[in-house]
Amino acid sequence: MSKKEFMSGDEAFAFGVKLAKPEVIAAYPITPQTIVVERLSDYVADGDLDSQYIHVESEHSAIMAALGSSAMGARTFTATSSQGLLYMAEGLPYVSGSRFPVVMMNANRATAVPWSIYNDHNDSMMFLNSGWIQVYVEDAQEALDMAIQAFRLAEDPRVMTPVMVNLDGFVLTHTYELVEIPDQELVDRFLPPYQTEHKMSLDAPKSVCIGVGPEYHMEFRYRQHHDFDHFPDVIREIDSEYREKFGRGYGVLSEQYRCEDAEAVLMTVGSITGSVREVVDDLRAEGIRVGVMKLRYLRPFPTEDILSLPESVKAIGVLDKNLSYGYEGTVYTNVNSALSRGNRRIPTKDYICGLGGRNISKENIRQIYLELLNPAAIQEGEKVSFVNLHLDQEVDKNG
Amino acid sequence: MAENKKMTLNNLPEEELFFGHKACPGCGGSLTLRLVMKVLGPNTFVVVPANCMSAVSFYYPAMNFGCNALASAFPCTAATMSGIEAAARAKKLEDYTVVGFAGDGGTADIGLQALSGAIDRNDRIIYICYDNEAYMNTGVQESGLTPFGAKTTTSPAGKVQHGKLTHKKNLFDIITAHGIPYAATASVGYPQDLINKVAKAKACQGTSFLHIMAPCPTGWSVPIDSTVSVAKEAVECGLWYLAEYENGEYKLNKDPKEFTPVGDYIRKQGRFKHLNEDEIREIERQRDATWVRIHEKW
Ligand SMILES: Cc1ncc(C[n+]2csc(CCOP(=O)(O)OP(=O)(O)O)c2C)c(N)n1
Ligand code: SF4
Ligand SMILES: [Mg+2]
Repeated sequence: MSKKEFMSGDEAFAFGVKLAKPEVIAAYPITPQTIVVERLSDYVADGDLDSQYIHVESEHSAIMAALGSSAMGARTFTATSSQGLLYMAEGLPYVSGSRFPVVMMNANRATAVPWSIYNDHNDSMMFLNSGWIQVYVEDAQEALDMAIQAFRLAEDPRVMTPVMVNLDGFVLTHTYELVEIPDQELVDRFLPPYQTEHKMSLDAPKSVCIGVGPEYHMEFRYRQHHDFDHFPDVIREIDSEYREKFGRGYGVLSEQYRCEDAEAVLMTVGSITGSVREVVDDLRAEGIRVGVMKLRYLRPFPTEDILSLPESVKAIGVLDKNLSYGYEGTVYTNVNSALSRGNRRIPTKDYICGLGGRNISKENIRQIYLELLNPAAIQEGEKVSFVNLHLDQEVDKNG
Repeated sequence: MAENKKMTLNNLPEEELFFGHKACPGCGGSLTLRLVMKVLGPNTFVVVPANCMSAVSFYYPAMNFGCNALASAFPCTAATMSGIEAAARAKKLEDYTVVGFAGDGGTADIGLQALSGAIDRNDRIIYICYDNEAYMNTGVQESGLTPFGAKTTTSPAGKVQHGKLTHKKNLFDIITAHGIPYAATASVGYPQDLINKVAKAKACQGTSFLHIMAPCPTGWSVPIDSTVSVAKEAVECGLWYLAEYENGEYKLNKDPKEFTPVGDYIRKQGRFKHLNEDEIREIERQRDATWVRIHEKW
């Protein structure tokens, strides 16, 4: 029987990993991911999880030890955040290019400088091009569930691509919720031990992580790219099986809420979605037709889902907890690209928000919706704006 | 059992596990790998980070290892091996070896952190540093193991700077300071000694480390048929030493009563051509200091 427990996002994720039974864990502590590695160390130390925990001396070593382990056909987990993810940079395309299904938890945190341990998405957005699948979860329950789903997805023979599961630092990693814990037996049936031919073995020795010259390189990349085309189907299949077995599912690449006849839609990523839904309910109660679209996966990107938004939508706003300095938020770039692929002309506006843990209030969100309800102004006005910005508060240099 | 018989140059297995690669003629690094792999045998998982040896052997579609091999990133030979070893443990594999071949740069510079971590965990891996005394793969730049005075493309023999400014890092001491179960220095000039040490490393239950002098004719500007003799001369003139560290004890495998002149060794190599007598004396002074320390401490 499944049971319920109060757990933080980190704890829920760690518990999901325990249920997934990784054979090898290689991770290095960093706030706000630390609780995950502490819990996993406890599970291993207490014999509750039969796993080889490698106490690496850095994140670079964490990801490269994970590569070595996954290259042996072992189910492998790592976790990090921000500076640690950046330190792993070299290893990320290494793992994805060699098609080893490592699963990583990333606690989204701002990147220095200025130093900040608080939440935004600048860390993971830097690695949209790394060849990893990226999924962002909203609450502790989804965190636990996605820990399990991520292994199933990464290790699927049609996928064989590493998965990064992103949890908003503190907002989600350190917030307690009632979480339903699935039965180990059910999880075992959903996620059997990882089996693959794509590994080094004494019976069938091979060379891996090879070099490829200009004469073949593009073909490798072409295949890696186009394999993503069928990931959405696999994600759908896995999620519906999960729903059947555990009574919970999350849709596929994205999830629309009250978008049916909406005039304005906000795109969200991660834990902010809950507040946005509440604002949508409030506005709907006032007869204002708005909706929210939670982008769960950013790679593969929910292009089709975005193009399926109803004709009623007259303006789209994007809440971007990241910024490509000098240009715009990265989610905004991707959303506009999706719209242009489908030749849909809908005015869009980028709302840079929550950088370094800056609060986003329901009132902020309400104001954004009200602004979006004037599509002509959206069409004409500034495309990139900052939410809850207080330039007047800057410290006076002269004391 | 062949396993228990002492391996010698005469009874080494015929089977080649590193062959068909594109290393330069006379390459000391590839000679090292060839010999070591014969001792370790086919049940081996090899890690080679970015360096000359991976560049000449992992180039699709020609793969040049006759066993499992992974071309890893430059800084993390040891960490990649740790991952392989952990997975092998998880899968309860038996009768296998995990070995890594990193260059001097991949070991003493960019790879030192990962190596230190692996020794600290005492993972059962064999870490081999083949030392050609510069970053050869990228076209001969100085490393922490490039000797004093040697000319590289980043320590040129210029008008005011005469080659590498500082002495070779004392890598062996750095490694033994960890209290590693087994560490040794060796040289392609002394293949039997090298084979013995590889066999010991293979039997070691924790981390083992071999630092092997492996001349590079291309980077050192020496004739391609002189790799072995140059390697021997380095030991004879006291600029390299053959030693072991086992169970906390040091041992010299060769303790020359008298050194051949450093000048003879230096003058044969294009990379030292620019050095003056004072600079050669400085190299001798440093050598003597090293040996005083060795004799006092060991
Ligand atoms: C992170 C990183 N930095 C730099 C390089 C470029 N690089 C490749 S091999 C190499 C030098 C290798 O030197 P060494 O370890 O001594 O091996 P050798 O080539 O001499 O055999 C360098 C600098 C790289 N591949 N990765
Ligand atoms: S440059 Fe030197 S180390 Fe590299 S392959 Fe040639 S001889 Fe060997
Ligand atoms: Mg070198």
